[in-house]
Amino acid sequence: MAADSGTATGIGASPKRKEDFRFLTGRGTYTDDINRPGQTYAYILRSPHAHAEIVKIDTAKAKGMPGVAAIFTGADYDKGGVPCGWQIHSKDGSPMIEPPHFPLCKDRVRHVGDQVALVIANSIAEARDAAEEIDVTYKELPAIVSTGAADKAGAAQVWPDAKNNTCFDWHIGDKAAVDAAFAKAHHVTKLDLINQRLAPNAMEPRAAVGDYDRATGEYTLYTTSQNPHVIRLLMGAFVLQIPEHKLRVVAPDVGGGFGSKIFHYSEEALVTWASEKVRRPVKWTSDRSEAFLSDAQGRDHVSHAELALDKDGKFIALRVNTIANMGAYLSTFAPCVPTYLSATLLAGVYTTPVIYAEVKAVFTNTVAVDAYRGAGRPETTYLLERLVEKAARETGIDRVELRRRNFIPKTAFPYQTPVALQYDSGDYEATLDLALKMGGWADFENRRAEAQKRGKLRGIGISTYIEACGIAPSAVVGSLGARAGLYECGQVRVHPTGSVTVFTGTHSHGQGHETTFAQLVSDTLGVPFESVEVSHGDTNKIPFGMGTYGSRSLAVGGSAIVKAMDKIIAKAKRIAAHLMEASVADIDFKNGEFTVKGTDKKVSFGQVALTAYVPHNYPITELEPGLEETAFYDPLNFTYPGGTHICEVEIDPETGVTQVVNFTAVDDIGRVINPMIVEGQVHGGVVQGIGQALLENCAYDQETGQLLTGSYMDYTMPRADDVPSIKVATHSTMCTHNPLGSKGVGEVGAIGSPPAVINAVLDALRPVGVTDISMPATPHKVWQAIQSAGKAKAAE
Amino acid sequence: MHNFAFHRPASVADAVKAVGSASDGKIIAGGQTLLPTLRQRLASPSDLIDLGAIADLKGIKAEGDGITIGAMTPHAEVASSAIVQGAIPALAHLAAHIGDRQVRARGTIGGSLANNDPAADYPAAALGLGATIRTNKREIKADDYFQGMFSTALEDGEIITAVHFPKPEKAGYEKFVQPASRFALVGVFVAKTKGGVRVAVTGAGQEGVFRPKEVEAALANFSADAAKGAKVPSGNLNSDLHGSAEYRAHLISVLAGRAVAAAK
Ligand SMILES: Cc1cc2nc3c(=O)[nH]c(=O)nc-3n(C[C@H](O)[C@H](O)[C@H](O)COP(=O)(O)OP(=O)(O)OC[C@H]3O[C@@H](n4cnc5c(N)ncnc54)[C@H](O)[C@@H]3O)c2cc1C
Repeated sequence: MAADSGTATGIGASPKRKEDFRFLTGRGTYTDDINRPGQTYAYILRSPHAHAEIVKIDTAKAKGMPGVAAIFTGADYDKGGVPCGWQIHSKDGSPMIEPPHFPLCKDRVRHVGDQVALVIANSIAEARDAAEEIDVTYKELPAIVSTGAADKAGAAQVWPDAKNNTCFDWHIGDKAAVDAAFAKAHHVTKLDLINQRLAPNAMEPRAAVGDYDRATGEYTLYTTSQNPHVIRLLMGAFVLQIPEHKLRVVAPDVGGGFGSKIFHYSEEALVTWASEKVRRPVKWTSDRSEAFLSDAQGRDHVSHAELALDKDGKFIALRVNTIANMGAYLSTFAPCVPTYLSATLLAGVYTTPVIYAEVKAVFTNTVAVDAYRGAGRPETTYLLERLVEKAARETGIDRVELRRRNFIPKTAFPYQTPVALQYDSGDYEATLDLALKMGGWADFENRRAEAQKRGKLRGIGISTYIEACGIAPSAVVGSLGARAGLYECGQVRVHPTGSVTVFTGTHSHGQGHETTFAQLVSDTLGVPFESVEVSHGDTNKIPFGMGTYGSRSLAVGGSAIVKAMDKIIAKAKRIAAHLMEASVADIDFKNGEFTVKGTDKKVSFGQVALTAYVPHNYPITELEPGLEETAFYDPLNFTYPGGTHICEVEIDPETGVTQVVNFTAVDDIGRVINPMIVEGQVHGGVVQGIGQALLENCAYDQETGQLLTGSYMDYTMPRADDVPSIKVATHSTMCTHNPLGSKGVGEVGAIGSPPAVINAVLDALRPVGVTDISMPATPHKVWQAIQSAGKAKAAE
Repeated sequence: MHNFAFHRPASVADAVKAVGSASDGKIIAGGQTLLPTLRQRLASPSDLIDLGAIADLKGIKAEGDGITIGAMTPHAEVASSAIVQGAIPALAHLAAHIGDRQVRARGTIGGSLANNDPAADYPAAALGLGATIRTNKREIKADDYFQGMFSTALEDGEIITAVHFPKPEKAGYEKFVQPASRFALVGVFVAKTKGGVRVAVTGAGQEGVFRPKEVEAALANFSADAAKGAKVPSGNLNSDLHGSAEYRAHLISVLAGRAVAAAK
């Protein structure tokens, strides 16, 4: 691969995004923009109850309403349930409980928003009018929504097979070794934490259009997906039994996903299935209220953690117990989030030699929980960095010093952790030092003192994190329960005139792949940036793909493109050798030109491309014409971005309002293709992290199971004035096992930031006696914490 | 949204007639409250009577001891009006902090007062300044107008035409936003008027906007420190996800102090 070229569009440059014109002027084509001839509209009647028996559904009157094409209920649905893509086994070796998940409920609803009937009409207004006339008789049942209480005696039971609402009871690590280490600990720090449930809130709500063509027997699904091939596999093979060659899935422009559009949702199956039934295309578009009740939500872990230290402050063992809420159904990747994407990161950036974690997954009468930006890694990072911070306070060791003392040194890579993963590279001291400098750590106390004069409590917090992404080595994840491979596919088509179309199995929904992948290809093949087009999102165009999530697109998808380009260059060299009457071994390729070693002979890449398609002077007995190559790349390991985030807050003690006044993110993400896009990814992630730390929360009524934060009237999204200007820098060590050296940047912002924010809040509140606070640290909560600390002090 | 018949009368008299002859007619002003309600199918009026074409209902003028604002005047216009900024800067400030730019461009003072959302801003100004609500039938004193959350002295089909605000010596408004909706979790309007100090609180009360006696008493000489010391009972205050009654009670005195300090 060419080294950083320094040109305006090469690797390491920041050309403006190719996508900008389309998106910034409203010219994107999203799923809801797609209209098929004769199209109908679907409205889904959803359960108003968290838990109830469906006694009777009377659709007679509704079916007679104007414009109605069909109404279906669970009794009409004759295909399969939505499958789960990951199987976890409990401690005792038994497989997790996998309840059926039919797109329309058969006899019971299990969360507010559960799907009761599908109404199809000529317009959405008519569909909604008809839905109002469906008469459903429910027998309400007690509901359970609390993560911590779901497995306790007396809790309502969500599924008959899942005793104590337990889906699985899993563990990892060496319990005996951990117990032994704790027995000789000099100090033990204990912490109870809640990682609250979040709603992903992509700007574009989900939508799906199913279109069955009776003439060909083919089905087309247009959908808001991060991975159309995965949807084709899951929906085709497991739900509707449609073979791949008769099913096309198109994910056109998608307005944000953050994980919530990875999963195969039952609405996708419903519109595809119903389109065949009514012999017309069927469109469903979620509105925002519906999104709160039907998009998979994120996080929702309750944990207890204990860290054992020796007298020098070295971490000698870690013990964690987590209950993870799955919601009412198992979403596609739900079981792997609290286990293999979370507990395997418990070493963090530290040399803790022995670790033991138990994770119990529970069902509740809530919307399903699955991967949301960071998926498992923000939960672990929050737990570790709060715990380490508390250990520093308790032992009196400076919190930066305590971290340094326990860092995995940069000479120790590859580093085998006690919880399965092997980190390939990193330099935690370097990212820490740079962040301390950029974040003004050394002179913070001046700023604290100055704020105090204005009546404000100022605090600074730090988090040194690592994450595992670039998902994933197929054999490894297969042995851990994944039911799919997680390689990626890239196809490079060089056209006769030398322009290039790249087909990638990853999917861009805000990440700017059309730009970064074009930079990579342009730089490598020496063709102009403008001559490279990146195509994705259509199973009929792209050979195969596993999509975009887990910060995998460049590390895995980009590597597949590199492999395909390697094949292109190898073939092109043979054509060039033929043209220049030289031996292939003597051909060099650089900056788009083929030269013969030791001569001034050269041919351009364009000339070779033309020759490949106009093979008049061509080694036709040895080589096929054409210049197009496909490669699959299966990574050998995860990649391990890491770094340091520093947050500074100012709190108004009178009102409890917390303002984030400074934020610094220094991340090690391996090779950077486009620094501007990297900065944007970090900004977005950090804002979501600040959102989790201070603002966002999915609250359910404990009695009724109603979602109390079901709209933006009550669910607090971060706004521009909630965040400061974020300082971003990278300090990279290269990934050692992929051809690019890239690690992944999509999730680091959301992973590293929440504990930095909360540690800053607690640092600010220390002078008034507050030692703990839960996320989100809303003004109300901060004020209450100050009040109770004051009362406690007064009582002393 | 269900179907409805749409009317756009050119005079208040015609609007009154249209409302009267509809089986379930509803006035629409800026639509910022009503349209979301219709879209969520929480209301399904037979007829919508749009006040947007009635020229008499628009505009801001100086009148007598204060200013008069037409019912259909949008928040953005109140916020940027030189007349309002000159006579009652706190009112312009309040209008500038309602919702977002789009809401301020469409939402109207008449709609806000007719709706009387318990977390809306204008009710605090109207009650705090002792405004007079003018309708097609009569004039109603603010003290008599607000009758509990979403409830007012307006009769069926009665239309607000304008609001008259007497000019205070000084007034201030402090809004503490509910983080998600950015309506008022607590909003406190303080005014030093000829008749004495008036304080009105929005967002906090179970019965909507109200005058906290304790704070008015503490503020007899309009001192910020005195306001902060006022103890507000929390018994009749709202408690929800975003703040307990005790928190709201505390905020009332804090914000009253800040409003006095910022009063102009
Ligand atoms: C996103 C958003 C944020 C908002 N934030 C705030 C905020 O921070 N603070 C705040 O105070 N408000 C806020 N609002 C509400 C906004 O100020 C509305 O404009 C206001 O509540 C209603 O005014 P309208 O002109 O839109 O009335 P409409 O929605 O048209 O009508 C509201 C009600 O009043 C009746 N009505 C309207 N005009 C008259 C009249 N002249 N006489 C009699 N009855 C009438 C209607 O019949 C209807 O019942 C927000 C709204 C939105 C959508």
